This record gives sequence, structure tokens and C-alpha cells, in this order.
Amino acid sequence: MKTVIVCRCEDITEKEIVDAIHAGYTDFEELRKNLRIGMGPCQGRVCIPLVKKILQRETGRKVEENPTVRPPVVPIPLGMLTKGWENEE
Amino acid sequence: MKSDVVIVGGGVNGCALAYRLAKKGLKVILVERRFLTSGATGACGAGIRQQWSTKENTKLAIDSVKHFEKFSRELGMDIDFRQGGYLIINHDEKEVEQSKKNIKMQRSLGLDVRFIDRDEINDIVPILDVEGMHAIGATFCPTDGHANPFKTTFALAKAARRYGANIMTHTTLTDIVVENHRVKKVKTTNGSIETDAVVNAAGAWSKKIAEMVGIDIPNTPFRKEIMVTERLKLMFEAMVISFKDGIYFSQQKEGHILGGLPIPEEREGYNFMPTFMFLTHMAKTLTRYVPSLKYINMVRHWTGFYDVTPDARPILGESEEVKGFIHCHGFSGHGFMLSPKVSEVLAEYIADDKKDEILDSLSLKRFKTGKFTREKSVVG
Ligand SMILES: Cc1cc2nc3c(=O)[nH]c(=O)nc-3n(C[C@H](O)[C@H](O)[C@H](O)COP(=O)(O)OP(=O)(O)OC[C@H]3O[C@@H](n4cnc5c(N)ncnc54)[C@H](O)[C@@H]3O)c2cc1C
Ligand code: FES
Repeated sequence: MKTVIVCRCEDITEKEIVDAIHAGYTDFEELRKNLRIGMGPCQGRVCIPLVKKILQRETGRKVEENPTVRPPVVPIPLGMLTKGWENEE
Repeated sequence: MKSDVVIVGGGVNGCALAYRLAKKGLKVILVERRFLTSGATGACGAGIRQQWSTKENTKLAIDSVKHFEKFSRELGMDIDFRQGGYLIINHDEKEVEQSKKNIKMQRSLGLDVRFIDRDEINDIVPILDVEGMHAIGATFCPTDGHANPFKTTFALAKAARRYGANIMTHTTLTDIVVENHRVKKVKTTNGSIETDAVVNAAGAWSKKIAEMVGIDIPNTPFRKEIMVTERLKLMFEAMVISFKDGIYFSQQKEGHILGGLPIPEEREGYNFMPTFMFLTHMAKTLTRYVPSLKYINMVRHWTGFYDVTPDARPILGESEEVKGFIHCHGFSGHGFMLSPKVSEVLAEYIADDKKDEILDSLSLKRFKTGKFTREKSVVG
């Protein structure tokens, strides 16, 4: 298999994903957490749809899960966070 | 269905116990309502520390580290266990006094731990700003460290399955049937299971499981927030914590800095929304400890629940009111690091009728008799 990077932020290849699925990680969330897919700065916006497709292809099962996007929506430097927003919850 | 034991909860504790019991030849079914690691285990800070103020926690942690050291080989999967030590910052004389007391007790249990002076701090973690932290000293234990909670849990579950355990995810426990003060059967969204023993390892939801058999446990769920930065080159190995500021942070194997602290007005309950207050509070404290992190991006922020007991120590062992109902909860924010030994003690109790004395000091009964010591060394 040609090396195809699926998760660019965390540097995870299609082969790693397929191998993990065959090793038993057929639950979408467990697969994701085991490989750190979607835990990078883009929070999976790039890779999650692709991973879903691969999981569907390998298991022949429809994958419904939609992982939560965590705040912040874009990465923020810590130094900026130390200023302002004092009173917000 | 029929089983010797039913375990409720697919976090690190449920999976560790499933592994140990299945290995001893018992028929085990574990039910998890979502996926493995979907509870506190998947939100956790990954830290493994043996420096505690109570003997029970220190002992459980020391023995757990011995297991963590062997787990990757024993379970056949790398759990990313690293021993970079824990550096506990002390800010005033009162803390130093308590540290010296703790160290004495910890050393009597065989732990390699020592007090270090203010000017030695940067030898261990060079990027810390000793002035900014208001540090006057610290304690350091080189065999503390961290491991990957996802990999640890998955490795335990995989090994449990190899020994025949049936791990049912997306299966919720809905009721427990008790007859003559004995566990008889459990009901789940995927059928009933006849069994003599149910282990409550449902983390912050344990109270609801105990209610099913009419037992009231004094646990309260607390939202805890945690964040991670972008990847950086490896700069330090120790986990840095402060009881006074409540902060903990470490650099993970992949280079991210992971850490958290409590926000001033945290209330109990199941509210899982992350707050901006945490972000500003965390950013301020973290950049005070490590000013150079000002320019670093925070990339994710999430919440999980601590399952907190009145003395910040777990509740373990069989119920006196309902035979076969076994407590394994109340970890109060340190249940990942204790899981290897806790599961061993409980497995020996369930499978071999062996009762470790720790089960007496950590029984639910202690809150009735009032005989308990509060764990003082808590963060987050
Ligand atoms: C932000 C944060 C940081 C932390 N940092 C650390 C740390 O550095 N070191 C450390 O040792 N600990 C840490 N902890 C604590 C640690 O994560 C927990 O103590 C530990 O993971 C508890 O594991 P568990 O298996 O007992 O429970 P959980 O992982 O919470 O698992 C309980 C499971 O039970 C399931 N469940 C609940 N109800 C039902 C039901 N009715 N039927 C079926 N399943 C059900 C849940 O879905 C859940 O998966 C931290 C916790 C948080 C929140
Ligand atoms: S590409 Fe996977 S997290 Fe960004």
C-alpha cells in the first residue's frame, strides 16, 4: 500500500488505521482514541470524515458517530488567553 | 446469560479487574454503556504518583507502579509508561513541614523520594520560573511518571478478552435484582445476566448503580477541566504539580503539554461544559510557572468527572448489606494510577477469598464509624 497520510496533524497513515481496525478497534471512538486521530490542532475536521469512510469500507458497517469538537475552535496562544475574558463563564 | 462476575464500567478499573479475574479462570462479563475509556479514564491527566499523605494511597500507588513497569510486556501492548518523576512545588513553610512528614512515611514504605532546595528545581525541570512560582523547595520522586490511559485500558481489555472475558460495549446496566440480601441477577439493555457478584466500577455514575441495590454512597461528581497544547520538542520529563495552586502539567511522549487546575467556583454536579474561566486561569498560572509558554498554542480543552469521597480515597470491597455487591469507585481524581493494585486486591478477594487489610481501611463502613484519615495531597 502506498503511504497515505490520513490525519495530517497527528501524522497517521491509512495503513496504521487499517491495521488497527483489523486488530479489533472497530468501535469508531476506540479506534480514534487509540491512534490519537482527530486530536490535533484541526480537531479532526480534516481526517474524521476520511476515517469514517475507511472504517465503513473495512467493516461493511455504517458508522454514525460524530465526535465532539472541543473548544477552542482554533488554537489560541496561551499568552493571549491570560488577558481579557475575565468575567466570562 | 450467566456469569461468575458482572463488572459495570469500561474504564481502566473495570477493564483491569476483568483482566485479572478472567486470568484466574472466572467467567466475567463487563458492561459499558458507551465505549471503553468513555468515562473519566478518557479525560484523565495520565499521571502516576506515589507521593501521597495517607499510607493507603501511597501503598496502593507503590504497588501499582511495580505493575505499570511490567504491563507493556505482560499485556503484549506498549502502554507508553515513562518514569520522569513528579516534582511537587512547595510554596511556604507549612507545606514544607507537611512534605517532610509525608517523605518520612513514604520512605518507611520503601519509596525513593527526597526534599530538594529551591535552587535544585531547575536541575530537574529547566524551563520552570522558580521566582514566578513562588517556590521555596519541592519534593521529587524519580519513579513517578505517566502512561497512556487509552492504551492501558485497551491493552487490559484485549488481554481480558484473550482469557475469555466478554466485554460488552454500548450496553447499559439498568437494574440489579437482590434476593435475601444477595445479588441474583442484573438487567442490561442487551439482556439479563444471572450472577452472584456485581462490581460497581462506574466512576462518577457509581452512586446511581449503588442506588439500584438500595445503598447510599457519599460520592459526589465534580467537573474537572484539562487542556493540551500543540506539540513541542521534548523539554522536560517530570510532572510538575502544586497543591496550593491546584495545577498539574507534564509533557507527553508526543510533545504536547497536558495539564489542568480547578476553577475557583467549581460546583458539584454533572455539568460537562468547558469554561473560559478555566482557560484564563490555566493560562495565567501555567505561564507564571513557565513564561516561555506564552507563545505556545493551546489546541484542545475538555472536561471529565472526579468521583469524590469525603476523605478523597476510594471505596473498595464487598458491601455488608448486600452480599456480592462490590465497591470499586470514589477514586477522587487518582483512579488511573491506582488501578493495577486495586484490581489485584479485588480479584484476590473475589476469586481466592483473600482479604487484603487495605479493604478494611477503605471500606464504605469507615464513613459510618468516622474512622478515616483525609488524603491531603490532591490536585486538579
Ligand atoms: C481531568 C481529569 C484528570 C485526571 N488526572 C488523573 C491523573 O493524572 N492520574 C490519575 O491516576 N487519575 C486521574 N484522574 C482520575 C481518573 O481518570 C479516574 O479516577 C479513573 O479513570 C477512574 O476509572 P474508572 O474505571 O474507575 O471509571 P471511569 O473511567 O469513569 O469509567 C466508568 C465507566 O462506567 C460507565 N458507566 C456508567 N454508568 C453505567 C451503566 N449504568 N451501565 C454501563 N456502564 C456505565 C461509564 O460510561 C464509564 O465509561 C483524572 C480525572 C479527570 C477527570
Ligand atoms: S488531521 Fe487529524 S486532527 Fe487534524
